[in-house]
Amino acid sequence: MTSELDIFVGNTTLIDEDVYRLWLDGYSVSDAVALRVRSGILEQTGATAAVLQSDTMDHYRTFHMLERLLHAPPKLLHQLIFQIPPSRQALLIERYYAFDEAFVREVLGKKLSKGTKKDLDDISTKTGITLKSCRRQFDNFKRVFKVVEEMRGSLVDNIQQHFLLSDRLARDYAAIVFFANNRFETGKKKLQYLSFGDFAFCAELMIQNWTLGAIGEAPTDPDSQVDDMDVDLDKEFLQDLKELKVLVADKDLLDLHKSLVCTALRGKLSVFSEMEANFKNLSRGLVNVAAKLTHNKDVRDLFVDLVEKFVEPCRSDHWPLNDVRLFLNQYSASVHSLDGFRHPTLWDRYMGTLRGCLLRLYHD
Amino acid sequence: MPGKLKVKIVAGRHLPVMDRASDLTDAFVEVKFGNTTFKTDVYLKSLNPQWNSEWFKFEVDDEDLQDEPLQITVLDHDTYSANDAIGKVYIDIDPLLYSEAATVISGWFPIYDTIHGIRGEINVVVKVDLFNDLNRFRQSSCGVKFFCTTSIPKCYRAVIIHGFVEELVVNEDPEYQWIDRIRTPRASNEARQRLISLMSGELQRKIGLKVLEMRGNAVVGYLQCFDLEGESGLVVRAIGTACTLDKLSSPAAFLPACNSPSKEMKEIPFNEDPNPNTHSSGPSTPLKNQTYSFSPSKSYSRQSSSSDTDLSLTPKTGMGSGSAGKEGGPFKALLRQQTQSALEQREFPFFTLTAFPPGFLVHVGGVVSARSVKLLDRIHNPAFVGIMGNTRSYKLLDWNSFNSDEPETRDAWWAEIRQEIKSHAKALGCHAVVGYSESTSICEEVCILSASGTAAVLNPRFLQDGTMEGCLEQRLEENLPAGCGFCHIPYDELNMPFPAHLTYCCNCRKQKVPDVLFTTIDLPTDAIVIGKGCLIQARLCRLKKKAQAEANATAISNLLPFMEYEVHTQLMNKLKLKGMNALFGLRIQITVGENMLMGLASATGVYLAALPTPGGIQIAGKTPNDGSYEQHISHMQKKINDTIAKNKELYEINPPEIAEEIIGSPIPEPRQRSRLLRSQSESSDEVMELDLSHGKKDAFVLEIDDTDAMEDVHSLLTDVPPPSGFYSCNTEIMPGINNWTSEIQMFTSVRVIRLSSLNLTNQALNKNFNDLCENLLKSLYFKLRSMIPCCLCHVNFTVSLPEDELIQVTVTAVAITFDKNQALQTTKPHVEKSLQRASTDNEELLQFPLELCSDSLPSHPFPPAKEHLESASSNSGIPAAQRATSVDYSSFADRCSSWIELIKLKAQTIRRGSIKTTVTVEKASPMGEGNFRNRSAPPCANSTVGVVKMTPLSFIPGAKITKYLGIINMFFIRETTSLREEGGVSGFLHAFIAEVFAMVRAHVAALGGNAVVSYIMKQCVFMENPNKNQAQCLINVSGDAVIFVRESELEVVSAQQPTANCQPLCTGGEVTT
Repeated sequence: MTSELDIFVGNTTLIDEDVYRLWLDGYSVSDAVALRVRSGILEQTGATAAVLQSDTMDHYRTFHMLERLLHAPPKLLHQLIFQIPPSRQALLIERYYAFDEAFVREVLGKKLSKGTKKDLDDISTKTGITLKSCRRQFDNFKRVFKVVEEMRGSLVDNIQQHFLLSDRLARDYAAIVFFANNRFETGKKKLQYLSFGDFAFCAELMIQNWTLGAIGEAPTDPDSQVDDMDVDLDKEFLQDLKELKVLVADKDLLDLHKSLVCTALRGKLSVFSEMEANFKNLSRGLVNVAAKLTHNKDVRDLFVDLVEKFVEPCRSDHWPLNDVRLFLNQYSASVHSLDGFRHPTLWDRYMGTLRGCLLRLYHD
Repeated sequence: MPGKLKVKIVAGRHLPVMDRASDLTDAFVEVKFGNTTFKTDVYLKSLNPQWNSEWFKFEVDDEDLQDEPLQITVLDHDTYSANDAIGKVYIDIDPLLYSEAATVISGWFPIYDTIHGIRGEINVVVKVDLFNDLNRFRQSSCGVKFFCTTSIPKCYRAVIIHGFVEELVVNEDPEYQWIDRIRTPRASNEARQRLISLMSGELQRKIGLKVLEMRGNAVVGYLQCFDLEGESGLVVRAIGTACTLDKLSSPAAFLPACNSPSKEMKEIPFNEDPNPNTHSSGPSTPLKNQTYSFSPSKSYSRQSSSSDTDLSLTPKTGMGSGSAGKEGGPFKALLRQQTQSALEQREFPFFTLTAFPPGFLVHVGGVVSARSVKLLDRIHNPAFVGIMGNTRSYKLLDWNSFNSDEPETRDAWWAEIRQEIKSHAKALGCHAVVGYSESTSICEEVCILSASGTAAVLNPRFLQDGTMEGCLEQRLEENLPAGCGFCHIPYDELNMPFPAHLTYCCNCRKQKVPDVLFTTIDLPTDAIVIGKGCLIQARLCRLKKKAQAEANATAISNLLPFMEYEVHTQLMNKLKLKGMNALFGLRIQITVGENMLMGLASATGVYLAALPTPGGIQIAGKTPNDGSYEQHISHMQKKINDTIAKNKELYEINPPEIAEEIIGSPIPEPRQRSRLLRSQSESSDEVMELDLSHGKKDAFVLEIDDTDAMEDVHSLLTDVPPPSGFYSCNTEIMPGINNWTSEIQMFTSVRVIRLSSLNLTNQALNKNFNDLCENLLKSLYFKLRSMIPCCLCHVNFTVSLPEDELIQVTVTAVAITFDKNQALQTTKPHVEKSLQRASTDNEELLQFPLELCSDSLPSHPFPPAKEHLESASSNSGIPAAQRATSVDYSSFADRCSSWIELIKLKAQTIRRGSIKTTVTVEKASPMGEGNFRNRSAPPCANSTVGVVKMTPLSFIPGAKITKYLGIINMFFIRETTSLREEGGVSGFLHAFIAEVFAMVRAHVAALGGNAVVSYIMKQCVFMENPNKNQAQCLINVSGDAVIFVRESELEVVSAQQPTANCQPLCTGGEVTT
């Protein structure tokens, strides 16, 4: 006796959260059944393995049918085929678009192209995440990217509107899209200690301050196609950053800056002497990063540079986080007292974001 | 010009990409009704076109309005080649034809294609303007309401229950062999869908005409079926119960009901009907004679003028004298006489209802069934062949008009079977058959026709006009002890139709009752039940040699009696094993296949307090000298006894001890007899009566003399009870559970197994089949475990044998949650109550009813214990029903109407309530963590799809049905030539059933409804050809579209106006009305 056909269709579509997770994690039906057996469900319910097999198959089939709709979540809301309560719809979407930290760290900043897709095998072996799940996550990134890439307006809003994600998840996707678009290098060994959250934090600051949409003057000219884009960095701003070079190129200015910072911080830092000794190096590093951002390649290496030029030197001198904060605050603020410096607004736009990023990046 | 149909095409969405180059579609819409077609403009390059068309107007006869579906086709415009069809929507506009139902159909409909399934949606608005038609010869029956519900619909009151109506139409099947077809599959499927839609429209219209002729205004328990007879054609047949219904919500309809008798009553129900009296002289028109000349119900037309007076006169005189005799015996005889006179004028005193107004059912005799094996190729007809040549013609043929000289029509077949049922009922001393249903099973050219029902004696009160009022009747009715009266034998004790073991009723001790009762109806609401009920199934397979034509038919009819016998024995044994004594909702399905016959009987077992305690099961060995064998036997015996004890505990069956003392020996005498009468007849009229009384053997003794018997005993013990927290039944409600909460989940589950052809023995077959059913149930319990505590209600198994080695089982049921704590509380009062009844009835019998009669409900003199019981059991049917029998109808209706008025007034409250729910839903969602930015709206709140509930039951727990919007009767075909790509057979059927649900929901929503009640999947024919990567499936579903309002929302209303009248209705009213 073999079962040729075995289905269960409810007027309200049954969604088993545990099975959904197994499906999202890319387990085959038989693996999923084995995992469920191990969870002790048979003992709890008195069911047999055959029942579990049939139940799992059924759920997998339902999820497979739902997947097409999940690719465009608004469709899931308006479709008539599956009657699913709104809270369940939200759960389906949220879980489908959720991703693994390990996976996203591998892909973050990479071009979401076929080439990367081919590397998924390696990522799967490396992270222990099934290839199927890797593919789903990669395709999600790519799908969201494609939809919002050319869109005007707030990146998070656009993502939320088209994919009905929660605010938190939409922000994460905004970071992924932003990183993918600007191709920031995140895979270097130096950067391995950083979590996705660290990068997402930086991405949000950069989106808020360094992109075209950040200036807030865009809506005045509705015909201009370049305005109000959250995904691209403001090219003009990057160009202007060259002007900051004067802060390290002009020896007097650099000395004045140093003395202003040292006077203000004397007695307040536990690592004052180290700071004093390193000030010029650190300042040179931070200003040079700014000046180099005109080149795409250097933009990509932004995080590598920040870690190399600032995080690592401070860390080797064992700066406490609070000292870093005090230093950066003073370092940024003191520039306003430099008489010869003519770009305080530009400096604030640059340093405001960078300070936030550096503080986030500064940990073990 | 009796009607104007107006259609507007608003928009489309989610259309498929039809132009690969642009990834877009240039869609337009064709709207077709009858032979008229309109087109919208082409909406270029969009998957979400906004046509916003003008109103397309069709001026049509109301006859066409009833027959024809509105056909909407969405196409992709192509400048160079033919336009590609995207899909179609068929809309049945019948609900718009009677004023009480929907007034407009408006909403999003899935665009359906028989090859691709649902492809996007279309927004359509449909309206009908009907003009009064004074033509007395008209052929339409607009205004007759149809209900699938097999009880009096919740917001109506039965004025008269007229009786059985039936009709069938026959046509050639546009695709009698789907594999070798001439047209494209799509064209063929669409032709078939359209034809069946037309045929069911015509059938419904014809039944409606019969109802008008009987002066009814509604059909209740309408059941329409298709017989796909292959080459010999396609039969669409329907049965139902004609009624005159009165809407409870319109206050105007009540006032006359309270004060004045028959005459006004008669007219009120027709107020939505343009001109009812024109039909009274029906038979004089030649047209009608032609229509009905070969229909078995022709007698209606003969009767219609004369019977009216007869019906209203005879029973009335009978009533007068009946009231004088307080003794049960003479009264019974009298009642029988009355009913007889009322019913004997009907050719078939059948009722498709399974639940009845209080007091309607007087006695129940037992199950009557008849089967007949027919050869389909015998009805070869030259006229038919002529039509078949013309494949493009969908003109409907009335089979009768072509076969007028052919005696062997299907009408005649059914008439023959019905006649047999009638005579069986008569043999049981009954004049009516209730819970009546008909079915067929077809394999190649052999067809088994089956009919079954429950023989019963009915109260004539509902069977004729104007006898609703009057104290005389009320008193008469009180004479019947509530809760056990229906169990009392209707037949003469000294002249029993079959040997049976009778005892005095354990409840009233006045009348005789049988020891076991089998019925096809739902448990009467006033029946006194001890403990809970459970689903009982008998399953059986029998191998049959492959044979042709007549030899095959003979082989089948030879096997049938043995199957019936074994199914019956199994049922009886399983019932005993559960410690119960009655079966309700019994449905025996015999399915014929190429090389086997399958029997599946499902019923709900209960312990009726009125019937004696069932004895146990004893096992006897044939070889008593073998010691180890003896030991084995005693071991088995112990196991069985344990099981019975366990079951009694499980189902909370603790009958009162006193009863046994009074009656004497609780162990029934060895000569147990069944109440199942049936016969098989082949095409020739030979009728074979079968004695099911097990010869002279003791029915409770199972003799283990061979391995077969061993198997039987084993299979008895292999049925595992549902896991704790689960109950199941195949009736509307589970006896013993009455505190339903509002969560429901309707589902359909289909399984097909392939038998290994090597070891096909009856035993192996039985085991396979048994496992299939048991595993299916286990799967259901597992899937629905999150709903515990819950009950699977209306569990409906259907077996088919699509191919040699395939068995297909389809189950549709609804899982309803209930409150466990309350359930425990209420079971106690039940027992108490029955005890109380048993002891007090003797003394109180005389005063009790009279008092009740004079008092209105709020101040009835029940002892405090009963008051408590009523308030404790929120939805309890028992007290409610008892109340209803004693309280006169008009005041009851009054209360109800004022209550519904209140609902209308408080509509705002309800609306507010629904908003509230959406808010809570948002909160419940995992993403609603409160960190939405203000600039973005919550993503999931803007869903436009309203929830539509579906249930096979006639009610929605925790809710009140406020309006019936019309019948839903849909037929779909789905076919694929890429089976593997669609996920194999499971993927294909899963998607299709989901699509069918979606289309039903969309139609209900478009009618303005939010639920389908009495939903049934009547057919699910699945055929596959994996080698060709093909599969095809046909599904037919029906139900009643309704609007319901949650009782929790209504409670606000009742809390604000806590009048004594209002309260009991909110709690217990649902079951009664």
